[in-house]
Amino acid sequence: MARITLDLAHAYRPHPQQDSDYALLPLQMEFADGGAYALLGPSGCGKTTLLNIMSGLLMPSQGQVLFDGHDVTHDSPQQRNIAQVFQFPVIYDTMTVAENLAFPLRNRKVPEAEIRQRVGVIAEMLEMSGQLNQRAAGLAADAKQKISLGRGLVRPDVAAVLFDEPLTVIDPHLKWQLRRKLKQIHQELKLTLIYVTHDQVEALTFAEQVVVMSRGRVMQVGAPDELFEHPRHAFVGHFIGSPGMNFLPAESREGALWVGARRMPVAPHLQALVNEGAAVQLGVRPEYLRLALPDAAGAVPATVQRVQDVGTHLMLTASVDGQALKARFANGTPLPAVGQTVWLQLVGPHTCYYRNEELLA
Amino acid sequence: MQLVLENVVQRVGGQTWLYPLNLALQSHAVTVLLGVTQAGKTSLMRIMAGLDAPTSGRVLVDGQDVTGMPVRQRNVAMVYQQFINYPSMTVADNIASPLKLRGDKDIDSKVRALAKRLHIDMFLDRLPAELSGGQQQRVALARALAKDAPLMLLDEPLVNLDYKLREGLREELSQLFDAGRSTVVYATTEPGEALLLGGYTAVLDAGELLQYGPTAQVFHAPQSLRVARAFSDPPMNLVAVQVDEGGHQITLPDGTQLALHQPLPQGPAMLGLRANALALRARPGDVALRGVVHLAEISGSDTFVHVELPWGDWVAQLTGVHKMAINQPISVYMAPTDCYLFESELPDGKGGALLQLPATEAGG
Repeated sequence: MARITLDLAHAYRPHPQQDSDYALLPLQMEFADGGAYALLGPSGCGKTTLLNIMSGLLMPSQGQVLFDGHDVTHDSPQQRNIAQVFQFPVIYDTMTVAENLAFPLRNRKVPEAEIRQRVGVIAEMLEMSGQLNQRAAGLAADAKQKISLGRGLVRPDVAAVLFDEPLTVIDPHLKWQLRRKLKQIHQELKLTLIYVTHDQVEALTFAEQVVVMSRGRVMQVGAPDELFEHPRHAFVGHFIGSPGMNFLPAESREGALWVGARRMPVAPHLQALVNEGAAVQLGVRPEYLRLALPDAAGAVPATVQRVQDVGTHLMLTASVDGQALKARFANGTPLPAVGQTVWLQLVGPHTCYYRNEELLA
Repeated sequence: MQLVLENVVQRVGGQTWLYPLNLALQSHAVTVLLGVTQAGKTSLMRIMAGLDAPTSGRVLVDGQDVTGMPVRQRNVAMVYQQFINYPSMTVADNIASPLKLRGDKDIDSKVRALAKRLHIDMFLDRLPAELSGGQQQRVALARALAKDAPLMLLDEPLVNLDYKLREGLREELSQLFDAGRSTVVYATTEPGEALLLGGYTAVLDAGELLQYGPTAQVFHAPQSLRVARAFSDPPMNLVAVQVDEGGHQITLPDGTQLALHQPLPQGPAMLGLRANALALRARPGDVALRGVVHLAEISGSDTFVHVELPWGDWVAQLTGVHKMAINQPISVYMAPTDCYLFESELPDGKGGALLQLPATEAGG
């Protein structure tokens, strides 16, 4: 088990000049011993590059990787003592389930009695005890992937277990059960787990801390509720949640924030952060954008464009100065018809304020 | 255009892929074909397009029998899961191809307008291979729209895209469908996608058309357990119950009793409750269900709590992000007025018809 410290960057070419020359922009991060982390972002964001640098499959073009304070930048995955689980099952078809699970331990010359005990524990956790003597060849894809997961988790002495989209081949109806298994296993084994995915459900459900990435940059590291409540960057607000956070431009003048011709009250702690004349963005999630009375403080009039009954709730789309906002309401909430004016409460306890896409408060 | 399927059956190599099916598609609107893989969505679409002829039954377009008429003689636009474009043509030429074929005038400005609508106007001079998957699928969609066919068929067009791209493109597509130029058929496996697209939904299961109607109406008033199962994500929570003597009350397996808002015949029944109807705080008249948390899945906008109850796992859908530890005790609350009641299902697959809608749905 190890604490992993990163202080590095990875460029596509020697002598990088600009941001686009980097697969990973300079970053400093620490993964705590025994933590469960997810690296989340769209394709091309750099999450797999980061994972490969941690595992030792890729050497960063600058900086270093430390395991418990020791420099392992030049070490192979074996030397780093890393276990990995990939998208597709990596197992031996001719071996039984038990032999497959035991393989990483036998490789390391672990005593047989200890192997039997450990294989038993892992098989029990994955609910595969009944299949231990079956050949892997005859198993379904999800059972094979469970063996891959088991092989990744079987060694108690690994520095970390790295997962690269491990549930891709799993049937959607079984996914939640495996997510639950992984979470339980993490609680019981206290391994450092790092999990790469583009699926926010996977990341937010699995991880204690989620690393949100975009275009080679780490945008935010936070717990799921922090990413939801206080996205530190507009990208995170947009990316987390479906639909994501609404953003509306505002201007700071005369000690207030102005959205078009409407004056918004400004909380005292914000006053100091906003300069006269500065452009600010208000961020409000669809879950927090509420109906307001006409001319209420902190509310704006919007024109209803669409009201959708999406089954579990109602989704309102309304525009303010050509900017579309989404708001989510409980079934049965009376909402004005298309073309009518609706007042929406922009300023509230959950409203976030951004300048140049960065969270102010 | 008006597309009608009459007693359409499709059998392939001794297997029945579509059972006798009757469907009159709503004209100038989107119809979602909803069902799991193998439910019969693609078989049905291929018959609608004229790519396949049905084993028996008729296909009528505006009252005219077109059964067996090949796709080339019909005016249909199709978009598939895979992004299909002409690889050696620029984006502009790809979009222009159906317009050129038709001998349209003013092709340049039409291409530009379509490209702008799908946010690919900056890529007009590029080749498809130089674009991302989402952009390539936009090109395929723009080409299908350029054809301006009276019938447009889309077979899971967004399934291979990142979810944020899907979100944006789905929104744009549903607005285009709302404009009502074409009759659109859109196949998906995802109940959530059907609800966001709106329009009308046909629920397919194992080659059978189970129900057809306005999307939200089918969701709120499923006529059978099979429809309720097919059109819910997370799955509708179900539990076998007994309707008590007199028919005014039901008993859950743990002895909990609920009042019925309309009397039902005494005997076994199946109670259904949508995941979003379960609450963490009791509302007046609610019944408490006590269990333990199996897992809290967080989607970003919602938390789906899997709760182990005396009769099995139920899922509660809560707005926002809620942290819950595995195995922590939890109480969730249900309102008797939110419950669906169905006939019990029989081993031969019969039964399962809707007996009673929630009072909240029946009123609206």
